[in-house]
Amino acid sequence: MKIKKNIATSENGFIFNPATGDSFSANHLASAILLSMKNGEEADHIKQNILEKYDVSRDQLERDWEDWLLQLKEANLLEV
Amino acid sequence: MIIGITGLNASDNPGPGVAVIRCLREAFDNDLTIIGLSYESLEPGIYMQGIVDKTYQIPYPTAGTSALTERLEYIHEIEKLDMIIPNFDSELYNFIKIAPWLKSIGIKTFLPTHGQLASRDKINLAEFGKKYGFMVPPDKLINNIKDLQKAGEELGYPLVVKGKYYEAYVNYTPDLAQKSFHQLSAKWGLPVIAQQFIKGTEINIAGLADGKGNAISVIPMRKLYITDKGKAWAGVTIEDNELIELAQTFAAATKWSGGFELEIMRDADGDLYIMEINPRFPAWIYLSAGAGQNQPAALVKMAMGEEMGPFTEYTVGKMFIRYSWDHLVDIADFQQFSAFGELKLNNPN
Repeated sequence: MKIKKNIATSENGFIFNPATGDSFSANHLASAILLSMKNGEEADHIKQNILEKYDVSRDQLERDWEDWLLQLKEANLLEV
Repeated sequence: MIIGITGLNASDNPGPGVAVIRCLREAFDNDLTIIGLSYESLEPGIYMQGIVDKTYQIPYPTAGTSALTERLEYIHEIEKLDMIIPNFDSELYNFIKIAPWLKSIGIKTFLPTHGQLASRDKINLAEFGKKYGFMVPPDKLINNIKDLQKAGEELGYPLVVKGKYYEAYVNYTPDLAQKSFHQLSAKWGLPVIAQQFIKGTEINIAGLADGKGNAISVIPMRKLYITDKGKAWAGVTIEDNELIELAQTFAAATKWSGGFELEIMRDADGDLYIMEINPRFPAWIYLSAGAGQNQPAALVKMAMGEEMGPFTEYTVGKMFIRYSWDHLVDIADFQQFSAFGELKLNNPN
């Protein structure tokens, strides 16, 4: 799953899709994940970083990750 | 340079005049005198210092071309106009008709032809779509309640009911559609247009074409806030080659000359439907200047004989947010304009 190349993100978590004009606000973790995805990091690598940094089980993370991808898809931010 | 501009009604259903003037002021600065041409004495632009220098009342389009030429002759004698930019759909027929006469007395215009104007008219839009291969929602011309009932059965509900010139309502029941029909036919005349409702994202495109098949400028804008009249109160420029290509195809197919606006609906499948084609700049045209493609300024340059190559870049993510503002006016100014049909503002700029 890749984030569309032209998606603009800012440090404070503002996301702008220039193709649709949609904008979103993301919290600190979401914008960090988004930035990693934009930089081409693999999903496994991003998840590993989260597991190391946060107190979360792998099962919980996997469930949240699926939900995250769904939200990105709904927001039209993923490459088709 | 002295330019006459109509459409000074910067109201909740705004004409493009004030926005066009802002674009021109930005491009030509002090080398510009703006002569407002207004139909009613309460058009806000008449009283806006720094926007118009002087405004003259002109006769309504229904008064015909001889009344218009007579009035413009008088105005030209005093102001020595170099150009006129009409900004209302309903006045364009007359201005196109008198364009050769205007040219003969030294006033330039940059307008579409009568044929182009008619082909994109709401009542011909479906046929226009078929001819040029554009997706246009099916519609029916409505002259009476029976027509409306039939259209409702064929096109289904919600049903969009549109006035001949302006305004449109989305109707969820036959009763509401009837109400819209009566309201719009009383205001704008017959026929009223019933159009199939397309659910999707509203996008508008402001364009400028040179009459030789080239789109000189194309700026797509996603509506972010829409008024109850369907007007964009806020919007943002977006990046989408499909939209730009659509406008370029429109310019090439019609050999359109002048400003235009395509009102687009993008449905869930990503299909682009042309809902309307306006034969003039939109009221949000100042965004084109903000995004780096000042379309009214380019139109003036083309009218003055300058060759314009197509703009290739614009700022994506440039927003406009319209606002309302209580402009205070001395009753003497209102009286002057109402009684004499002319008003020069004391401190322009």
